[in-house]
Amino acid sequence: MALVIADYADCRALTGGLRSFEVEAATVRDLLHQIEARFPGLGDLIDQRMAIAIDGTITQDAHGAALEPHSEVVLLPRIGGG
Amino acid sequence: MNKPVKPEETGAILKVVGTRPIRPDGVEKVTGRAAYGADLHLPGMLIGKVKRSPHAHARIVSIDTRKALALPGVKAVMTSADMPDLAAEHYEAGESASNLKDLSANVMARGKVLYHGHAIAAVAATSNAIADQALDLIDIVYETLPHVIDVEEAMAPGAPILHDQLFTAGLGETPTKASNIATKHRLDRGDLAAGFASADVIIETRYSSAAVHQGYIEPHACVASYAADGQTQVWSSSQGHFVIRGLCAKLLKMRFSDVRVIPAEIGGGFGGKTTVYLEPLALVLSQKSGHPVKMVMTREEVFRATGPTSASVVTVKMGAKLDGTITAAQVDLKFQAGAFAGSPVGAAVMTSLACYDVANFEITGWDVVTNSPKVAAYRAPGAPNAALGVECAVDELAEKLGLDPMAIREKNAVRNGVRAPYGPIYKNIGYVETLEAIRSHPHMAIPLGPNQGRGIAAGFWFNIGGESTVNVSINEDGTAIVSTGSPDIGGSRASMAMMAAEVLGIGVEQVRPIVADTASIGFSTVTGGSRTTFATGMAVVQAAEKLVIDLKRRAAETWGVDLDQVVWQDGAAHCLQAGKAPKGALTLAALAGSAGKTGGPIATVVALNAQGAGPGFGVHVCDVEVDPETGHVTVLRYTAAQDVGKAIHPAYVEGQIQGGVAQGIGWALNEEYVFSTGGIMENAGFLDYRVPVASDLPMIDAIMVEVPNPAHPYGAKGVGEVPIVPPLAALAIAVRHATGVRMHDLPLSPSKIRAAIDANKAG
Repeated sequence: MALVIADYADCRALTGGLRSFEVEAATVRDLLHQIEARFPGLGDLIDQRMAIAIDGTITQDAHGAALEPHSEVVLLPRIGGG
Repeated sequence: MNKPVKPEETGAILKVVGTRPIRPDGVEKVTGRAAYGADLHLPGMLIGKVKRSPHAHARIVSIDTRKALALPGVKAVMTSADMPDLAAEHYEAGESASNLKDLSANVMARGKVLYHGHAIAAVAATSNAIADQALDLIDIVYETLPHVIDVEEAMAPGAPILHDQLFTAGLGETPTKASNIATKHRLDRGDLAAGFASADVIIETRYSSAAVHQGYIEPHACVASYAADGQTQVWSSSQGHFVIRGLCAKLLKMRFSDVRVIPAEIGGGFGGKTTVYLEPLALVLSQKSGHPVKMVMTREEVFRATGPTSASVVTVKMGAKLDGTITAAQVDLKFQAGAFAGSPVGAAVMTSLACYDVANFEITGWDVVTNSPKVAAYRAPGAPNAALGVECAVDELAEKLGLDPMAIREKNAVRNGVRAPYGPIYKNIGYVETLEAIRSHPHMAIPLGPNQGRGIAAGFWFNIGGESTVNVSINEDGTAIVSTGSPDIGGSRASMAMMAAEVLGIGVEQVRPIVADTASIGFSTVTGGSRTTFATGMAVVQAAEKLVIDLKRRAAETWGVDLDQVVWQDGAAHCLQAGKAPKGALTLAALAGSAGKTGGPIATVVALNAQGAGPGFGVHVCDVEVDPETGHVTVLRYTAAQDVGKAIHPAYVEGQIQGGVAQGIGWALNEEYVFSTGGIMENAGFLDYRVPVASDLPMIDAIMVEVPNPAHPYGAKGVGEVPIVPPLAALAIAVRHATGVRMHDLPLSPSKIRAAIDANKAG
């Protein structure tokens, strides 16, 4: 089970205040489906507006990225730059 | 030996990466031959110009363009009525999302003008003079409205409201009353009250910074040519021609395939050329007139109508133990967004405490619309403003505790394995090494004289990866072409050529790097976010690796041996099987010359979405001398250390560090948007808006700390943004130690410093 950390207020507004939860998923694509099913709106929010750090590595739109059984997944806003 | 070298794995010596070859675009630039956005001329081309709002805030009652259109030589006039009225759709334009409704209303005002200089109409005419005359003939009736520019005034109850349908997001419940606060951001961890309760010392402080412009030397410029069959071409100077294509197509409801954007050379961007201003207008004018249309902004227009960065107010409360351990931090960031929502305050929230291992914190950010130009990205957007507040607060804390400013940073420094305040656990970061590079630098041992002070500050930026496409082809003589979709702003053509040369085992001079247009290569997002050397470079390496595999296959076929009997070394295939290669190695030139006999042209494409960009940290120290009579600040010496991963071209990395510092010094000491009481920018020119020039600056000593990023084939991390993060605070702290007065509002202009010194003396 991957541990999902959702510290940002946008996420917590959709998790009912939960800051972390566990999800059984093998890829980021699976993860988004599972999260959307459990917290309607959050999967789409992540897909459209957020980045995902998997075990410390920040990814964006990496739907095919693999998750290990005990991966830590941190949800954070997308990052741009100048 | 048959694998591209990865020093961390093989210990192999790099032959090209890490050297300092002459840049491939250098001769064109120093001889004035390089073609920038304004340099293109087409037959029958018209001049396009923009009519801009004389008011900071007004309702548009009517626009009458008939007299302008009747003027001989005028071929087209446009207003927002000539553009689709779009819904509030978010379009992922490269590295960040754009609200198309807002973007459309920014490039051409719809219903209201929201800042002085806001575009309200445009003309295309046969000459500059006629275009200017036509602008004067456009009659516009306004109903002026009260305006607000200061970010805290815009947040206050009773402030003039810019958008009737803007309701603050992030409050937990949907408000019923419109507000200038677009979004409240919040990030917290631990127990803030307990953290402060355990502190021996608490400081509370506030710092502000003015809006500053990116200050690129080349004004925005483009040429658009709309053909009768709907196919168009746009020549544009930007940080991302694919994003220009996407935004134009979305704003004008065109097919992407009908818009071909050809990148011009770019004379600086720093984040400010990641969006559109002129291109959609030139397209509409070209469509209406049937002629190509060139549009070039004046410097004044650049200041008045293109994105500066946010003015900001940062308040910090910070508590620490007597040994310097920071126990709690509370940061509040108010950012001016300009006329439409979307300041970089979100990034400011995430970066503000990124250098510190703090268990208990609460960070709040406010994105606030104001009657000023919509802000645009500027190197590490949001991070310098946040670092100004936090780094100065850390200095105040150190002073109160009687601690060395380096020691308090070392005590609380983030390390590998520490959870970043913005979420992930850090790995492969080089912050501690960067601190050490400054501590051990000879700069730190130089004694200071009267009226001199030293400032130390740290900074952080994430760096990003993203989507890039690369074509690599081998010419018949064995030379190579590397085509990317990434505009070259900071020397990326050189680094792309170097990485290809390293893998192929040939000299960098044998590789010609080019930036291809949107119809000639696959999608690549902007050159921004410090991504190109990392992400596009990763694609270059992968493409060159594919070619090496192909070249080995061709050699194996030629020799009649298995593939594993061929190695690639020094630009040639070598056969391991005795007696099979009587003529010796097959060079790249030999394989290229006979490519038709081994399967045809030697070329490949790699398209990827690069992940794993490593975050960067910088630590800066600067010494200043303040003239107590005039308040003038002289920067005596400046040393900037930065974790750069692996420097592909060290001279360009040093240049990025020096450039970021120079811009940061300008931000700290001189630059600001000065508005009249009527909301008009009063210093819209380089005489009155003073950026630092060479004579204002000392030699900036750039120290490259190389902690490799394992996600990149050579260990590269982004380097272009980190160096602008610490200077604001470093200068403010240095001035404080030179004068004994702590200055809280940037820029630290001579008049402000003199007034502060006088007030301090008066007691």
